[in-house]
Amino acid sequence: MSENPGTNLYLPFMATIQEVVRETQNIKTFRVTLNDPEQMRNFRFAPGQVGQLSVFGVGESTFVINSPPTRMEYLQFSVMRVGELTTRLHKLRKGDQIGVRAPLGNSFPFEDMKGKNVVFVGGGIGMAPLRTLLLYMLDNRTDYGDITLLYGARSPSDMAFSYELPDWLARKDMSTVLTVDNGTPDWAHKVGLIPNVLKEMNPSPENSVAVTCGPPIMIKFTIQALHALGFQDEQIITTLEKRMKCGVGICGRCNIGSKYVCQDGPVFTYAQLRELPNEL
Amino acid sequence: MGAARCIKKDALLTWLEEVGKSRLVLAPRAQGKSTAFLPFDPAKGISLSGLATSSPKQALIPRHEALLEFRYTKTDQVPAQTGLAVRELIPNQPTLVFGARPCDARGFTVLDRVYDAGAKRDVYYCARRDKTIVATVACTEPADTCFCNRVGGGPGDSAGSDILVTELDQLYVLEAVTQRGEAFLLEQKLPDATELADKAQAARAAVRAAMPEGDSLLGAPDKVGALFDEMPFWDGVAAKCLSCGACSYLCPTCYCFNITDESKGGQGVRVRTWDNCMSFQFTLEGSGHNPRATKSQRMRNRVGHKFCYYPTLHDGALSCVGCGRCIAHCPVSMDIRRIVSKALTYEKAAKEHSNV
Repeated sequence: MSENPGTNLYLPFMATIQEVVRETQNIKTFRVTLNDPEQMRNFRFAPGQVGQLSVFGVGESTFVINSPPTRMEYLQFSVMRVGELTTRLHKLRKGDQIGVRAPLGNSFPFEDMKGKNVVFVGGGIGMAPLRTLLLYMLDNRTDYGDITLLYGARSPSDMAFSYELPDWLARKDMSTVLTVDNGTPDWAHKVGLIPNVLKEMNPSPENSVAVTCGPPIMIKFTIQALHALGFQDEQIITTLEKRMKCGVGICGRCNIGSKYVCQDGPVFTYAQLRELPNEL
Repeated sequence: MGAARCIKKDALLTWLEEVGKSRLVLAPRAQGKSTAFLPFDPAKGISLSGLATSSPKQALIPRHEALLEFRYTKTDQVPAQTGLAVRELIPNQPTLVFGARPCDARGFTVLDRVYDAGAKRDVYYCARRDKTIVATVACTEPADTCFCNRVGGGPGDSAGSDILVTELDQLYVLEAVTQRGEAFLLEQKLPDATELADKAQAARAAVRAAMPEGDSLLGAPDKVGALFDEMPFWDGVAAKCLSCGACSYLCPTCYCFNITDESKGGQGVRVRTWDNCMSFQFTLEGSGHNPRATKSQRMRNRVGHKFCYYPTLHDGALSCVGCGRCIAHCPVSMDIRRIVSKALTYEKAAKEHSNV
């Protein structure tokens, strides 16, 4: 666990929202800093780890930290407005106080991935956890092989991180493909479902790892596409989402058999997922 | 075992009253048709006949427990900013649980493995555990629904207790099991009973020997795990369940919880409350997706947790202690013994005959 005050698993760090970015009509990004400068300075996490955000009076929910540990001016969380907590979060503004319990869970195997080509396949808000790892790798660019990103959303206006996409598209040290299910006249990129576009792109499985996250149905067909391209189960990594309360493997919500997504996950290889009981 | 003391049965209430001056005493008391662990009141006595309706787990994991308190404030900054003060509410109440049964105390060991797991300590649970003396009364007449001896326990076991209490004629013999129990016992003005320890042990052994031996359920983990995808099995055993949760609430080992905020006027508390995995809402996600959407899937998780997942994580220890409360108080007579026994002997339908 982190250096939570007093080692109380349930006591969040107090934090301040420094900036709110409207990403799409139902996704907002929150940039937060811990109020205690020393806690902020000592805060350590690895790409893929998650945190519980508290709006006191409403409750807590789990979100991935989607800024990389190489950029610690703030911790970034992107939140799709779905339920009670997220609706309330969306009303918060710069300067508002929230709680952060983090880091929780495991991380992407970014050390084991050194020297490998990496194929990111993100759908919708599922781009958030990928963003952490992508930026971490770009900040440690020489440690990794070719980096390919396929990012898709329902429509151009549903693409989060749109302000970063021009840079990603322009970069010479990664190759970026964008796609939408439903195009618009001014959409200059692909139109098509992510798994189909992935097959067109035809990335080589040779010395590669694929990292995917998105809606369950997209993950399912993306994994099928990756298999068709020759990726083995061990070369496919995904990150899961479950309803959680405690975040530390006690409360009994996020278990899949004897594994707890909050502490044994959220990151699993497809080989590991296949070993788990089928209760996603 | 360490120190042994004894007390005459007719002096028990006076002694508990004395203990109650310096700590909260929780003891079983009849209340309407049920018996519950309630704060001891000498005027109302205690009820030590048989197993209490509810378990004493509330001594360590209360039904409703405030974890944090918070208060929003206005700051002087311009433009006005909202400040927030949050405070931990760590329990600090010395407690004696008197009249737990060996299954109940064994239930505390099940909780200990989860809430006091090395680096991951739940400070609320641990604070209560450290300040609580569990005095367990060995059983003399196991009920028909009792099956502690099929899940690794026994009617005179001391696991999870700080003090083991054995009835001998007109006496209770109190024997220290832990250092915490020893320290407590030595503080009490009770006569020494070291020479009665053998007799007490013999009395417990006689009860154990008289208890009918059922088939052991300790081999359940592999078999229950292997049935995970066998939905016809789970559909069958879950069919009559009402998902009411009586079993979870009465169970000494069911520890799943919810965390919610209760607030009014800019201040409030974050509370932890007992939850019930048989409820549809338990795993319902904001998107509408529910990984355990059907009753059969929830029953599979409930039975699976006790007889497969928990043992997988904790060296084979089951998280069922055989108290039988879920059997005795189920409105539709579900019987977890029967479910697990059925799992142990279940033959999967041959693929060619099943309607896949």
